[in-house]
Amino acid sequence: MSERKFGEGAQPSPVLTRRRLVLGGSLLGGALVVGYAATNFGAVAAGALSVGAVDVNPGVFGPFIKIDEAGWVTVVNRYQEMGQGTHAGLAAIVAEELDADWEMVRFESAPANAAVYRDVTMGIQGTGASHAIAGSWNQLRQAGAAARAMFVQAAARKWGLPVDSIGVRNGVVYHLASQRSATFVDLLADAAKIAPPEHPKLKDPKDYKLIGTEIVRRKDSQSKSNGTELYTQDVRLPDMLVAMVAHPSHFGGKLGSLDMGAARKVPGVVDVFEIARGVAVVAKDTWSARLGRDALKINWDDAKAETRSSDELRALYREIAKGKTDVTGAAFQTKGKVDDAFDGELFEASFDFPYLANAPMEPMNCVASVDGRRVKLTFAAQIQTVDQINCALAAITLPGMVEIETLPAGGSFGRRGTLTSDYIVECVNIARHVGGGRPVKLVWTREDDMSSGYYRPMAHHKVSIKCDEGGLPIAWRHNIVSQAIVPFGANELPTHGVKNSPYLSVASVVDARIFTPKLAVPPGLWRSVGNSQSAMVMEHTVDLLARRAQRDPAEYRRAIFTKVGNVRKLAVLDLVCKKAGWGGPLDAGWARGLAIHECFGTVVAQVAEVSVLGGNLRVRRVVCAVDCGMAIAPNQIAAQIEGGVCFGLGAALYGRITLDHGIPQETNFDAYRVLRMDEAPAVETHIVPSKKTPTGIGEPGVPPIAPAVANALLSLTGRPTSSLPFVI
Amino acid sequence: MKLNVNGEDRDFDGDPNMPLLWVLRDHLSLSGTKFGCGIAQCGACTVHLNGKAARSCSVLAAEAQGMKITTIEGVSAGHRLLVAWVKHDVPQCGYCQSGQIMQAAALLAEKPKPTDADIDAAMSGNICRCGTYRRIKAAIKDAAGVA
Repeated sequence: MSERKFGEGAQPSPVLTRRRLVLGGSLLGGALVVGYAATNFGAVAAGALSVGAVDVNPGVFGPFIKIDEAGWVTVVNRYQEMGQGTHAGLAAIVAEELDADWEMVRFESAPANAAVYRDVTMGIQGTGASHAIAGSWNQLRQAGAAARAMFVQAAARKWGLPVDSIGVRNGVVYHLASQRSATFVDLLADAAKIAPPEHPKLKDPKDYKLIGTEIVRRKDSQSKSNGTELYTQDVRLPDMLVAMVAHPSHFGGKLGSLDMGAARKVPGVVDVFEIARGVAVVAKDTWSARLGRDALKINWDDAKAETRSSDELRALYREIAKGKTDVTGAAFQTKGKVDDAFDGELFEASFDFPYLANAPMEPMNCVASVDGRRVKLTFAAQIQTVDQINCALAAITLPGMVEIETLPAGGSFGRRGTLTSDYIVECVNIARHVGGGRPVKLVWTREDDMSSGYYRPMAHHKVSIKCDEGGLPIAWRHNIVSQAIVPFGANELPTHGVKNSPYLSVASVVDARIFTPKLAVPPGLWRSVGNSQSAMVMEHTVDLLARRAQRDPAEYRRAIFTKVGNVRKLAVLDLVCKKAGWGGPLDAGWARGLAIHECFGTVVAQVAEVSVLGGNLRVRRVVCAVDCGMAIAPNQIAAQIEGGVCFGLGAALYGRITLDHGIPQETNFDAYRVLRMDEAPAVETHIVPSKKTPTGIGEPGVPPIAPAVANALLSLTGRPTSSLPFVI
Repeated sequence: MKLNVNGEDRDFDGDPNMPLLWVLRDHLSLSGTKFGCGIAQCGACTVHLNGKAARSCSVLAAEAQGMKITTIEGVSAGHRLLVAWVKHDVPQCGYCQSGQIMQAAALLAEKPKPTDADIDAAMSGNICRCGTYRRIKAAIKDAAGVA
């Protein structure tokens, strides 16, 4: 029997200093941002992070595949399932190479253990940058193919036949000529004795039976429809307490004075105590915790808090972009000699973006218990390794001693992926105070969630462009003002979608800078991150440039993509124009708007049909074309594009968190308006056939919709859009 | 007090002013009804009170006394809406879907053959941040047998 141990060979010192842990954290965060930080700090560091961890027994088929005697093939998902359908795509990759029966394939969440379950590119265990499928493509194909080879070899030995003469179909191993067959279950014991091949032969994509077909559907639709799916909010453990926390009303505020007398007297309240970020009330149930919190009398100390309003910040950001403040810009792309490149007639535009909350349906929550140095977390973890490090620091233990059971998330859109593990550490602090390994469920109200920050940061973009006689850009100046989304590195995230854009490539002079003011409002990762702002800037600017040159927006883009040799964008553009009937007739009062954007390796183009009849902005149809490499699960690609359009459209129409003297004004769905059913457009998704390595799909559907609508409005009204949301 | 939930009388001796949502979730172990906003703006907590859709976050336990309360757990396994939801792979994160189904079930009880406008009117109080609206609509029409 061949038992492989994973993470073997990494023998780190069991004593990690606090400094090393912090260093590890920043490396992790840097590596997390896939695409530019190629840091994979590898097996040794991942092993170090796993010191003290619960052993993962990978089993005979490795850490990603379990096959049991009932015939179930379980694919272990190391990523967060937050709705994006990752589990189905990953399971399909394994099932394809294994030739398993799709009906007998299921999935489970991996435990937190970076030595075994790190993403090969990020170097840590975590979900982000729409990377689950791309990051698993080679690894899971090989895992599936290796398991298949083990069954084939087992059958060959048993039947005394050459390996080449044996096939596998739908979980049945067979030899045609002799009419022999055996199921995976029949061969399980024999296959377990075979050493897995190191380089199993992978299928030729032309032989795929599952990948790219409609057979690949979600495995969790039933449990997510009938109310049986278990989310963090639903966790009930023996003796569990429920906690709520009163947080400072301002970002950067802290506790001044506290009178907890009345709160302590509320029936059901067990304890009230101060924690790092406020005052915790722990109680026997959620409602008692809520009443206890309401009974607290607190004066916050706002001496060092952010007390400016959104209007002031917007004015400040505009000044920063003009270079009129002491916030200096850092170049993120420069080309050619500026000298006199920007002399003469320029096209100039600027764009303001508000703070935005992620607002997933399930407000942030976490279940934790702390027993000495052992920390147990049960919740919808998104970046397990970072959470382990942060919680280890909070509980003064080792990251590996922080055990995480990952549950599905009731949405995240980036909110559960903070690099400070804010609400998770809060829960650990409370559970540590409670002590004795007693589980505590931290429940945030919607208001807690929406006023907690980690917003898509407020931003301002300013462009100055010089064009040639044909109207194409020859010099492009671009200033971005945005808080740095992660507290280290080169502030890359807000530049995504601007940096290396074909519109900059076509220009011979580029002067692009980012200015990063520091504010106490914590910025966060919002589905598609910098792309949701940069797509609006780039795609609306390009429509304005096309209009200025009196050229059709599609033809104008085609000219640029042709000039810079961007064949993927050309193909996606052609497909969307064809499917949307670009240039064709449309009902009176309606117009089409086009946008195309690359996000996390995937190119998406959208054509939106928009009207402002009766003064109401309506979007009735959005036609989308997608190049995400090889399509694994077309139905889920369509679902993600549909969802991305709705998410992006709701934000573009209505989304804003307004600060009034530093306090967020929109703290629930009454004021923070999101898209509702009567506003949801029909979304059509068309996939460009491709044999390339698959790329992400969870986020790339979001960025193009705002500029597609802005461009349709431009066509309808002749007026450009210079700020979001559209509807004030 | 006694609360009639999914056809059974259940005892509840806590705060009569506790919202029904928390009674169901924390005291009757019926966690299919979800907490989303707490102010009747999102519909994740939708249940039926005497067959009508209601937001359980904004109904007090005392107010629900004497009414027939139905939660997602009381919807039969083979219900045509559940079948249609799976057929259309409606859920993404899934957190809002039990509320969506309870809202849709109340709609179909009232209007067995709803139009698109009927569906929009009935369902627009239920938020789905994943944006599954069009699949929800397709599933409702499928379950209702309208094209």
